[in-house]
Amino acid sequence: MASLSFSSSVSSSIPFLRPSALLLRPRPRPPSRLPPVRAKIREIFMPALSSTMTEGKIVSWVKSEGDVLSKGESVVVVESDKADMDVETFYDGILAAIVVSEGETAPVGAAIGLLAETEAELDEARARAAAKSPSSPAPAAPVAESPAPAPVPSAADLTPGKVVATPFAKKLAKQHKVDVGKLAGTGPFGRVTPEDVEKAAGIAPAPKTNVVAAAPVATPVAAPAAPAKAAVSYPEIPGAKIVPFTTMQAAVSRNMIESLSVPTFRVGYPIATDALDALYKKVKGKGVTMTALLAKAAAMALVQHPVVNASCKDGKSFTYNSSVNIAVAVAMDDGLITPVLQDADKLDLYLLSKKWKELVEKAQAKQLQPQEYNSGTFTLSNLGMFGVDRFDAILPPGQGAIMAVGASKPTVVADKEGFFTVKNQMLVNVTADHRVIYGADLAAFLQTFMKIIQNPESLTM
Amino acid sequence: MHSAISLSLSSPSPIARSSAVNDTCPSPPRSLRFCGLRREAFGAGASSAATSLRLTSSDSRSQHSNLNGVFAALKGSSSGFDYDLVIIGAGVGGHGAALHAVEKGLKTAIIEGDVVGGTCVNRGCVPSKALLAVSGRMRELQNEQHMKSFGLQVAAAGYDRQKVADHANNLASKIRGNLTNSMKALGVDILTGFGTILGPQKLKFGKGDSGDKIITAKDIIVATGSVPLVPKGIEVDGKTVITSDHALKLEFVPQWIAIVGSGYIGLEFSDVYTALGSEVTFVEALDQIMPGFDPEIGKLAQRVLVNPRKIDSYTGVFASKITPAKDGKPVQIELIDAKTKEPKETLEVDAALIATGRAPFTKGLGLENINVQTQRGFVPVDERMRVIDANGKFVPHLYCIGDANGKMMLAHAASAQGISVVEQVTGNAHVLNHLSIPAACFTHPEISMVGLTEPQAREKAEKEGFEVSIVKTSFKANTKALAENEGEGMAKLIYRPDNGEILGVHIFGLHAADLIHEASNAIAMGTLIQDIKFAVHAHPTLSEVLDELFKSAKVKLTAPKTVAQAVPV
Repeated sequence: MASLSFSSSVSSSIPFLRPSALLLRPRPRPPSRLPPVRAKIREIFMPALSSTMTEGKIVSWVKSEGDVLSKGESVVVVESDKADMDVETFYDGILAAIVVSEGETAPVGAAIGLLAETEAELDEARARAAAKSPSSPAPAAPVAESPAPAPVPSAADLTPGKVVATPFAKKLAKQHKVDVGKLAGTGPFGRVTPEDVEKAAGIAPAPKTNVVAAAPVATPVAAPAAPAKAAVSYPEIPGAKIVPFTTMQAAVSRNMIESLSVPTFRVGYPIATDALDALYKKVKGKGVTMTALLAKAAAMALVQHPVVNASCKDGKSFTYNSSVNIAVAVAMDDGLITPVLQDADKLDLYLLSKKWKELVEKAQAKQLQPQEYNSGTFTLSNLGMFGVDRFDAILPPGQGAIMAVGASKPTVVADKEGFFTVKNQMLVNVTADHRVIYGADLAAFLQTFMKIIQNPESLTM
Repeated sequence: MHSAISLSLSSPSPIARSSAVNDTCPSPPRSLRFCGLRREAFGAGASSAATSLRLTSSDSRSQHSNLNGVFAALKGSSSGFDYDLVIIGAGVGGHGAALHAVEKGLKTAIIEGDVVGGTCVNRGCVPSKALLAVSGRMRELQNEQHMKSFGLQVAAAGYDRQKVADHANNLASKIRGNLTNSMKALGVDILTGFGTILGPQKLKFGKGDSGDKIITAKDIIVATGSVPLVPKGIEVDGKTVITSDHALKLEFVPQWIAIVGSGYIGLEFSDVYTALGSEVTFVEALDQIMPGFDPEIGKLAQRVLVNPRKIDSYTGVFASKITPAKDGKPVQIELIDAKTKEPKETLEVDAALIATGRAPFTKGLGLENINVQTQRGFVPVDERMRVIDANGKFVPHLYCIGDANGKMMLAHAASAQGISVVEQVTGNAHVLNHLSIPAACFTHPEISMVGLTEPQAREKAEKEGFEVSIVKTSFKANTKALAENEGEGMAKLIYRPDNGEILGVHIFGLHAADLIHEASNAIAMGTLIQDIKFAVHAHPTLSEVLDELFKSAKVKLTAPKTVAQAVPV
């Protein structure tokens, strides 16, 4: 078994502290609300064990929660597409929490465990782990200790003071953190069965969903969201074929339903594109794409309007993002994905275009790393390229705004003096979360965006 | 006279072969390597002429020797005894010895008190393979993800217990029939009854009453095998507390079964029972389950065969008392600490399978008549299977093979030992290399091994002062394994980097049991890594796992072969 060390240095809050973000472009930045102590809790990432590895399966945790680790010790065994490897830690500390348990799969780069530096941080790390793992069931549902449940044979058959649980029941109990000692078994001779444990953990029997791998796929969709109807039976139309969702489609579906809980509103703006089209013609030969131009323009406008780049994560606060990461929706054969142009405000057009090309290729090969599709702070959806003149997009959960770009087409416009001219014009429509972004914010942002598009020279600088 | 014919055909052939090699092979003598039983010289660059010569000679030999057997059977023993060779016990060991004896022209009889085929065919390897074939399929069909990854859709898989049991039983009868027929066809006398040794070269057989018949034999082989070992305190009722003998009949599939012992037998049964829906608890006296396997293989096997399945285990404990289910109570297993003997837990399960090993079956064999004392029930023998009496002397013309001598309790080891004995009694000094005997555990996936484990090899290396190297390959990199969606597994080679000797090979993965023979043959033939790595393997096959293994081994040859070649200046 080969050995490999992973660097477990960066905690998820680090992007806030990324020095380059501060040094290169000083700008009003909301204060980080994260307590500094967090830096001492390190995430253990799913390492990339080979160049083709996109996700890994946890074969086994060599260490258990609460174990003290010293640098160089192997902590976890990870199975990649090639081999099983023992993964070692770079740091001393305490294994505070296991986020991805044995047998589960996590994408490369995802946190699989938390390492606390001192015991004092254990609780905090555990709390974070609980927040991270949406699957973590409510701690052992308190099951009443009924002394003699109905189907159990007479009490004489039970060995007093002792709990009998079957091997699988014990395994499940460990997995779901259920105390078998508190369960009343319904199996033969009063033993605790796997079903008893599942019931106590509040789960339906047998669904083996993998929570960690289900990375949020940001999903703007140009369709009105269907109202979520719970378990309504629709009339069956004979001859209909039922095709189950793929993983990606299921993720889209989940996100769409989730988006319904966000109060959104829409603001449209017509923008003349003659200057942009002229610029595009000039730089097209150098590999610059329209997507890169639009992303760059949006990023530059966002820098001036940080609130539009913010989001509301908990319903109580603004989360101001330090990076401007533009997610751009790409249609795939079986769904859609939103590769992210990270730091789009800082990259020049050529780099941005190059980066975009790489991302699209990776997306089509389904090789995007999680941070390459889930780190967006603002989304761009360009159905204009298909001739759509106007549409509105659904706001992906976790972001503040999404921009729907319509097709640019010759339009008769009247100027201030009342003269009619024909100009190329496109309609952009931004959907935003009204909890953090207000109408005036969007209007101001769109104005800035319009100015950039109509005077696009700044894009090339 | 007949044996003279057989000799004249077989013995000149190696000479002819070696001279042919020398004549036709232009390579310098240094490339000649002595392999096999070190009787045959076979050049590394041997021409096809030499190979074809070998084939023809062995063909003619076997034809003639079959004829010899028939003559011998018709004529009777040439030695003045009733038989040249009598074998007590018609298991796989006795059968292998009998067939080889006939080939060697010996008048042979085999005594069987129960059914032909012994443990392996009737209560062991054979019926268990039938059950494992079922469990393997069940496991595959139940694994929805596995099926989906093939694009297959399978509705809920189920089974009919009685039909599964019938399959095992039918297989055993079929193999038993084959064994019986093969011996009858060759003229081996099958004598029914229990055999008892009365003295040197003399024995009786029958039901142990006055109807017993006395016969004489030039040589006698004891091949009485073994029975399941049931430790003290365990009450076997054949229903809820069972041994492998009962389990193979698959009379019921308990919801929860404790398997006492986690060696080959326990592990195979855990595979069967979990596939059929049971939950399993291992009770192991040693500190870890699956003792006896190479630790690294054991670790991997545990990850694949135990952890994800409905199995838990208690290690470092003895089952001091096991009471079958009765009076509405489940099976009770009392556990005590293996070291301190302090009582620990009591398990309540639906059934218990005792798989703690096997005890030699030597009762009533009349060993006292020839002053042989068994050691823990085993018949003491030397490396040539010659039986040693209480005074440390060889009992003339008496040999013991198989489980009864305890050297290596495997069916094919018994057979190999039997063949070795027949070689000796027909005048060929032959010593079986037990390190070349492969072993396999037929779980899903399978485990196989030959030679030393890594700790054994390291210990030997320290004692003898040589270096040990290890290389490993993964099934994940094998095309065929990936096509089957069975990339789980590894192969491990333990070797000497100074001379390229293979010390041990361990495989865990799809069809591991079938893959091990390339390695075991190499060890038997003394083939070195630097030679076998040039052997070609069909692509894509699982055998490439071993190919890659041999190729990745690094042998530091002190005398490079290239020295002999002319170096252009």
